[in-house]
This record gives sequence, structure tokens and C-alpha cells, in this order.
Amino acid sequence: MHFFLEPGFFSNAPVRTALLLGAVVAAVSAVVGVITVVRSQSFAGHALTDVATAGGSGAYYLGVGALWGFLGGSLAGAGAMELIGVQRVRRRDLATGIVLGAATGLSALFLYLDTTVKATTGATQQILFGSIFSVSSSTIPYVAIFGGLVVLMMAIMRRPLLLTSLSSEIASSQGVRVRMVGVLFMFCLAVSVGLSSIAIGSILSTALLIGPAATALRVARSIAAATFLAIGLGIISTWLGILLAYDSFYWDPSSQGLPVSFFIVAICFVFYVFSGIALSRRRAQETRRPVATDSALSAEGR
Amino acid sequence: MSIDDKGTPPVLEVDGVSVSFGSRNILHNVSFELRAGEFTGLIGSNGVGKTTLLRVILGLQPISTGSVRVLGAPLSKRSRALGYVPQKVLLDPDVPMRARDLVALGLDAHKFGFSRRSATEREKVEEILVAVDAESFADARIGSLSGGEQQRVLIAHALISSPKLLLLDEPLANLDPGSVQEVVALLHRVAKDHGVSILLSAHEMNALLPVMDRIVYVSNGRVASGTTDEVVRSDVLSELYGHHVDVIQLHGRIFVVAEPGTSAEDVPEHPRYQVD
Amino acid sequence: MFTGFMVNAWQVGTIVAVVAGVVGFFVVLRGAAFPAHAIPNGAFAGAAGANLIGLNPLLGLGVFSALAALGIGGLGKRGRPDVATALALVLMLALGAAFLSQSTQYEPEIYSLLFGEILGVSSTQILPTLLLGLASVLAIAVLYRRLLLTSLLPDVAASKGVDPYRVDVMFLLVVGLATTMTVPVVGALLIFSLMIGPPAAARTLTSRPGAALWLSVSFSLLTIWIAIAASYQTNWPVGFYVGVISAAWYLAARTYVRTQSFLVLRRRVI
Repeated sequence: MHFFLEPGFFSNAPVRTALLLGAVVAAVSAVVGVITVVRSQSFAGHALTDVATAGGSGAYYLGVGALWGFLGGSLAGAGAMELIGVQRVRRRDLATGIVLGAATGLSALFLYLDTTVKATTGATQQILFGSIFSVSSSTIPYVAIFGGLVVLMMAIMRRPLLLTSLSSEIASSQGVRVRMVGVLFMFCLAVSVGLSSIAIGSILSTALLIGPAATALRVARSIAAATFLAIGLGIISTWLGILLAYDSFYWDPSSQGLPVSFFIVAICFVFYVFSGIALSRRRAQETRRPVATDSALSAEGR
Repeated sequence: MSIDDKGTPPVLEVDGVSVSFGSRNILHNVSFELRAGEFTGLIGSNGVGKTTLLRVILGLQPISTGSVRVLGAPLSKRSRALGYVPQKVLLDPDVPMRARDLVALGLDAHKFGFSRRSATEREKVEEILVAVDAESFADARIGSLSGGEQQRVLIAHALISSPKLLLLDEPLANLDPGSVQEVVALLHRVAKDHGVSILLSAHEMNALLPVMDRIVYVSNGRVASGTTDEVVRSDVLSELYGHHVDVIQLHGRIFVVAEPGTSAEDVPEHPRYQVD
Repeated sequence: MFTGFMVNAWQVGTIVAVVAGVVGFFVVLRGAAFPAHAIPNGAFAGAAGANLIGLNPLLGLGVFSALAALGIGGLGKRGRPDVATALALVLMLALGAAFLSQSTQYEPEIYSLLFGEILGVSSTQILPTLLLGLASVLAIAVLYRRLLLTSLLPDVAASKGVDPYRVDVMFLLVVGLATTMTVPVVGALLIFSLMIGPPAAARTLTSRPGAALWLSVSFSLLTIWIAIAASYQTNWPVGFYVGVISAAWYLAARTYVRTQSFLVLRRRVI
């Protein structure tokens, strides 16, 4: 048991901060993520993380807190995508890609300036891949407030949001303001990305957004059930990741241990793959059931 | 396998074909034959298996039993005897391709490489475009064409490789009655001029009555095939539907009418919508 | 600016731009922006891993690009493609981060893999880049018509015996190949810009596929050349210029087309 729960885990203050922060971020990401997957906007979700990177690295350069940089970048990116993008899916993807490319270019610039002008090291690593153990506990209230705001908005919007995600035509025929719902959702997505960037790094926050959500959607029978399942999966992945990262520090004393974000991403991925296997097993069982035909025919599966 | 008077095998033979998904039977012991030069309507309401049947013929859908033969030979993927016009094609308005280019692709899409097209090939493209009345928009972007215009380009694309059988999936759906008549007349003319057999699926047979040589009537995954007079009769269709229907002829149009309490429309089986 | 080590940069940059322009044309046509972004990120993990065990990074790049391409193609066939792409992408990045965390050269290594070091390219890199580039362009030339047909009419292609899924996997592998040669130069995150912006601009300006392809390559070349020159003058990273200029092409083309149609409308009214 010692291998799994290395000594001092629960008494370690940064660990406690990480667990709390991780749980909040995972829950918010899951709620937003379920709708993101249903709307097939995984690419937009990921692109926002790259824009958040630009924001984060810019904030670093200006000496502003990372959280504000991530949030600002993410929101600006969402705005740009809304402006350039159009209803048609292909054009939307292209617009997303263009914004992503420009944002990445900006990130390159800011990170370069961070390293040369400010002579700090580790900027790239921290911003892109996160360092949850070094987040100060004073960030938690802000994360909780913004996270709560997002969850509240999603809950209030849930019926029109669901309808527009399934069919924008039906929604507008029922009087739903499709465009406005879309913009508000992008806002929630942007804030969620900004928040998870602090915890898991901007570039990797896609895993918490998409992974548990996609896994839950494969297994659950309703959107609501999927949301709760995704929250659970997200929190488990995050806590397990934190635990394993803490442990890895002790497994091989000569190394610095493996990054938390790596574990969290890997666990999310494993859950997704397992759910895929379970799903195909279930489908295979359905086809093997004997088919009722008339006596003259015997159905041979091919 | 039957041979007609000229001793050539039928263009298409479907023999005892069944298709099932899991516990659902989509097609059940389907058999019919199409002769060369015939215009055949594949008629049935939505969800009865028309598209599945077309996909089986194209080799895109595996079958549980039975066989499909095109010109006497089993369907091999490389057979170029078939042309296909799909129902809906979502084309991005920005795609850099003119109608002319898409039609030309019909000649050589399966070839590897990057060679320029010869003068003969370009002439052929021009010819086909004229045959389907598409020269006026031959140089426009395919994504900017109307539904009807796109359809004509797709027909030209399928025709240019000189197939023996042209399959069209619900080409008349979503068209206004005037356009329906135009497309049917176009197909009839093109079929005669190029010696192509046509198999066209539709949920309403009246527009096709003037040109249809044969009908394959689909209901609940089973078919009845023959000429319109042979098939579209109360007794035949009642047996097919499994309950009594009346066939009424009025002003040269045919109506299939069910008794109150039953329906002449089959209950379509919608596949359960899965999120993944 | 045109002597010494810069010669290498110009040469390699040109090769990279041509490949990006050709491959990018199809990336945009097939709506494969997301995989085109994801595969280079996979390459990043490969290079980091190779560095860690002391192998030639090109090997790591190649292997992981291929794995990413096959993974995205395979996972995408079973589930939603966009989810599969997103998860494969982040997993690769996380792996890369994990590999790098074990080496001592964490920071500068990440930066150069992600954003490229074109000005630091050595003359020994030119030949491999040229060969890989030729291979990529050749592969596209061979697949040209199949790519066109499966991009537009996948069902019709299938009925003619051209399996759209196989063509897709082959295309993704070509993207992987192109990535392998370009990541050391422009970096994993920015090769994507070159494959999106210039081709997207090109296709709004012409309706003919051949012309769009040439225009795509031309815009891509101009982008890299301007980026190299600007980077040399200002010392700012090439990647920054590539990202921003690529976006600028697209916006310029869209504005141009919109103004054209607006003017035509006005002329009609008058």
C-alpha cells in the first residue's frame, strides 16, 4: 500500500491545494465538455487552449497573474473565432485553424521574450504543461467563483443549448436565439479552458475537457447522466494523477518524478479507450443474437 | 441465371439477398432482374430498405445471404459497369473545383498519377456536359451550384465512364414538380442516347409512369418486381404489405390506398441514434 | 542576410514551404485541419523521446508521426473523429512532456521542438529534408485524383473500388511524412499554419484545382521567405511571423473576395 500512497500525501499543503483545484477544474471542464462533444466542437475547444497559451505567455511577460492571462487569451480567441467563423462546419474549422495558427505564433513570440528579456527559465514548461503543485492557494477562490459562474450559466441554458446542439434548424423554428446561445456557450468554453490551464497547463487542458465527457457519452443513456458521470471521471482522473505524480517522485529518487499533467492525460485516455472496448463488445453481442427469419431461410452472418 | 432472347445475361441479377443489422432484418430474400436498356423504378416509402438495396448493389453493404451479379459476373469492386449518383452531397462553397473538373474526374479518378488530360478526354467532357444541359455552368464552382444543377453534374460524372447501369438514390426528393419532370425527361433521353439502364429509387411512382419499363416495389424489406401492370395491383401489393390495400387509377395517376386503421406507408425503422 | 548560415535557412525554408503548400491544399480540401494540427504534436513526443534515449530525433519524429496518423485514422473510424484526434493529440503532447521532464534540457528543448529553429539549421539537415520533401510531394502526386474524388464524393469513390478510409489513412501518413521533415525547421506547432493559411487563401481566389494548388505553394513560399527575413532583422522567432502572415493571407483573400462581390453588386444596382 505504501507504493500507492506514499508517506505525507495528505499532510502536504501543495498537494491539498492541488486536489481541491483539480477537482473544481475537472468538474467545470466535464460540464462544458459534454456539450462540446455533442456539438462536435472538440477542435474549437482545443484551439482555445492554444490561444490561452498565448494569453498565459503574454501575462508572464507583463508580470500579470497567469490565471488572468489564460482567461484573457481564451476569451479573445473565442471572440475572434466567432467573428471570423461562419455556420458551415468546414469554414468554421478553417477559421478555428487560422486563429490557432496566429495564436501559436504569438505564443512563440511571448515565450521567446519571456526567456530572453525577462531571463526566466521554465516559462514554456509551466505555461504549456502546467505545474499544479506550484499554484498558490489564493487562486482557488477565483477559480471557484468563475467555475461556479460557468456551471450556473450552463445549467440555466441547458434546454436551449441542448436543442441547438442537436439541430439548429429545429431550435430556431421554436424561437430559440441560436446565435446568442452559441456565443454564450463559447464564453463558457473559453472560461473553462482558462481555468483548467492553470491546473494542467494550457495545451493539455483539452484532455480534461474532452476525455471524461466523451467517455461518459459513450456509456450513459442521457445527457444529464453523462454530465454527472463525466464529472466523476474527471475528478477521479485528476486525483489519481496527482497521487501518482506524487508517488513517482518517491519511486525513483534520482529523478524529479513525472509531471502531473502527464498522468492526468494518460488516465483520461485510458478511460476513453476502455469505454470503446466495452462499447464494441456490447455491439458484438447484439449481432450474435439469433435472427428471426422465415423457415425457408437461414441467415448466415457474413 | 436467365438469358434473354439475344443471349446476353441481364444487366443486374439480385438473387435471394438478405441483409440484417443485429436483430433487425432490413432486406428479406430480395430477388429481381434488370434487362439492358430498361428504366426501372425502385419504389417504396422512406426507411423500407431502398438505400440499403442500392448500397448492396454497389458493393458497399455486406449481405447475409444471396448474391448480386452485374452482367453475369459477381460484383467485383473494380467493375466499371455501374455508375452512381448519390442523394445528397454536401459541398463546401469554397472548394476549388469547377463542374467541368468534377465531371472529368469521372473518367480517371481510379488512376494513379498526375497526367494532363488529352484532347479526346476534354471533348468527351464537353459532350457529356451538353447532354445533361450543364454547359451554361460548366465553369462555375461546384459548391455554388443549386441542388438541381449539382445533380446534373453528378449525373454527367457518373455517365462519362460509359456505365451499363446507372443507379440514382432518390434524385427526385426535394424537387418541385416542374423540376421532377425535367429530371425524369433528361434521364430518359440520356439513357436512350447512351444505351444505359437506369435504376432510380423514389418514394412516389407517378412521375416515373411515362418512362418506367419495370418497377421494383419495396415494402418492409421485401420486393415485388415486374412491369407496372403486373406489380401495381391490389392483390400483389396487399400480399407485399401484409394487409389489404387498394390500387386506384385516376386521371392517369396511380394511388395506393390503405383501409382506415392501417397504412399504405410502412412504419420506417429509424436506427437508434447513437452519440458515438 | 544571404550568406553563411542563412543560406541553409533559405534552402530548407523553401523546401518546407513547397511541401506545406502541396500537402496543405488537401488538408484544407478534406477539412482535415484538426488532424493536421494533431500529427505534428505527435511528432513532438517522438522527438522528445528520441532525444531522451539518444537516438536521432528524425527517427522519433517519423515513428510518432506515423503512429499519430494511424491512431487518428483508426480511432476515428470507431468513434467520433474529432474526439479521437483531440485525445490522441493531448496524449502525445503529454508523453512528450513526460519524456522531456526526464532530461536535463527541458526548457530550450521544448521551445525549439514546438516553435522551430530555422535560423539554426545546419547544412547536414538540407539533404534529408530535401529527400523527405520529394517523397511527400511524390506521394501526393500519385494519390492526386483519388484524393480529389474521396474528398468530394466518398460514396461514389467506394462504388468504384477506391476505399475512402484507406485513402484517408494514406493521406494522414503523408501528412506525417511532411511533418517529419518540417518540425525540426518550423516546429511542431507552426507547420500547421503553413498548411492552412496559404491554401485557404488560394482556394478563395480561384475555382480551378490546378491553379489553386500553384497559388497555395506560392503563398506558402512568400510566407516563409518574409518570415525568415523578418526574423533575421528583428531577432524575433520565425514561428511568430509564419503564424501571423499565414493568417493574414487568409483574411486578405476573404476580404478581397467580399469586396469584389460587393462592388459587383453595386455596379448592378447602378
